[in-house]
Amino acid sequence: MSEFLQFAFSGLTVGAIYALIALGFTLIYNTSQVINFAQGEFVMLSGMTTAFAAAVGIPLPLAAVLGIFVTVIFGVMLHRLAIEPARGASPVTLIIITIGASILMRGVAAIVFDKNFHSFASPLGDAPIKVAGAAILPQSLLILAGATIIVAALWLFLNRTLAGKAMLATAANPIAAGLVGIDTSRMIGMSFMLSAAIGAVGGILATPITLTNYAMGTSLALKGFVAAMVGGMGSPIGAVVGGLMLGLFEQFGAGYVSSQYKDAIAVIILLLVLFAIPNGLFGKAGIERV
Amino acid sequence: MARRFFAVPYALVVGIALVVVVLPLVLPSGFYLRVAALVYINAIAVIGLNLLMGYAGQVSLGHAGFFGIGAYAVSLGPAVLKLPVWLSLIAGALLSGVMAFAVGRPILRLRGYYLAVATLGLGLLIWMFFNNASDLTGGPNGMQVPRLVLFGWRATSPSTWYWISGATLVLGIWIALNLINSPTGRAFRAIHDSETASRVLGIDIARYKSLVFVLSAVYAAIAGSYFSLFDGFVTPDTCGFIRSIEFVVMAVLGGLGSILGSIVGAGILVVLPQALTVFQEYEEIVLGLIMIVFMIFLPAGVVPSVIARLRWRPA
Repeated sequence: MSEFLQFAFSGLTVGAIYALIALGFTLIYNTSQVINFAQGEFVMLSGMTTAFAAAVGIPLPLAAVLGIFVTVIFGVMLHRLAIEPARGASPVTLIIITIGASILMRGVAAIVFDKNFHSFASPLGDAPIKVAGAAILPQSLLILAGATIIVAALWLFLNRTLAGKAMLATAANPIAAGLVGIDTSRMIGMSFMLSAAIGAVGGILATPITLTNYAMGTSLALKGFVAAMVGGMGSPIGAVVGGLMLGLFEQFGAGYVSSQYKDAIAVIILLLVLFAIPNGLFGKAGIERV
Repeated sequence: MARRFFAVPYALVVGIALVVVVLPLVLPSGFYLRVAALVYINAIAVIGLNLLMGYAGQVSLGHAGFFGIGAYAVSLGPAVLKLPVWLSLIAGALLSGVMAFAVGRPILRLRGYYLAVATLGLGLLIWMFFNNASDLTGGPNGMQVPRLVLFGWRATSPSTWYWISGATLVLGIWIALNLINSPTGRAFRAIHDSETASRVLGIDIARYKSLVFVLSAVYAAIAGSYFSLFDGFVTPDTCGFIRSIEFVVMAVLGGLGSILGSIVGAGILVVLPQALTVFQEYEEIVLGLIMIVFMIFLPAGVVPSVIARLRWRPA
């Protein structure tokens, strides 16, 4: 039982990070139909910036704000300088652009920072909390709390504010949204800002446990993408559920079957989910126009 | 007959064959032959992927998996089954095709990004197998690949591989062009344009999708075998996610739906990093920038965009 609890808890912790990355994919996809493969780089960039800022003695809350700020600037630049100029290009062209941006950001991080692993101490300390025989790192609780707050805040933003509703309208029908006076291009830009900010918070929350490194973005983007697809691309609830599922599959697979093949187990389960439900758990069935 | 032979598609075969023959006379050293051979080997895999993506409209983010099956076939075949290298190469291509056939039907039912994530998963599974089966493949450390011996003649030098890969590329282009200009090729393009409309026209969509998937997997496996034979060593990185992405980038950068584009795309992505070693530290930055700039200004890919511009100019 304590073993089960241990795996469940570490699965939820990892899954919460995946969920945040998947949410970033979903937000940008909904407004612009772009799959942003630089999403993992947002996580890396904020983790690195915060770790370096903390290392030179800047207080952690200030360092975290700096990390989010730098990442959001990159998100805005990605939209302004790379996505906006290529407006109207095919989805696969836009994907290649985001992959290019991801390689570019990795290269910048390797030069501005370095190629080593970095971290900073968790504000809650490193002493594990014992719960029914399972050891839980205090930072895990911070990750879960942080992810919950972000999901709740995002829900409130999208459903209770004018800007959020404008963004939903842009996602539902860009032409109609434009006709009622919504600046859809600004909404797309805002979705890049939001995605960058969400990824940045994820990076700061995860770094004390996972460490950070200039090259970690690719595998994170991969996990986030898979999570978003399993949940059903375009569905925020799907992104959260998909992320948590992926994290749990990985940890239970590693714990009960084989730690060597933990990723394989997760991938196989995800493939089975897709075969059974071709549009993901919460995805809309596609209608093909002839 | 003569007229048909010199029609545009065959001009491409003859043109590339000429380039393959003339290039060694112009290139100053063996290093350049090595780079050229790498371009040809990558181009073989990318042409296969282009048939799938550019003509039939099905995305694959897992083609490095098939590339890896080919790459490991020529090292595992001789080491484990004591097969000759050339037979292992054929066996690898067959295995890759059979595997694509087996998973093709369920996977190709998915569309768009869902297909992308399923092929990505498939590629990852193949990579994980080669990475984890340490007692068989040496795991992350990789394994030695024996030299190809044909009729008692060992293929070792870059120039030998230059000719083998060049000849295979020309053959690959010829097969691809024949296919594209056949009723089967028209069926692929119909599926690309609209699955519903193709079904109404009586095209067996599942069969054609499966066919092009198998074919592209065989192209990738042959390229993979050449790649590891050429290198003499194979590691799981040969078939990692990054390589799948590289293939897609080559196909899109050069131009989807253009065979010449696949060769140009492979050329750009293979030659560029070699040229960029001067910048060393800045290699990733320059590579990323070039991908972004090319896709902003030539969104349809280099070859189709250039052709469109040439045609547009008033005569």
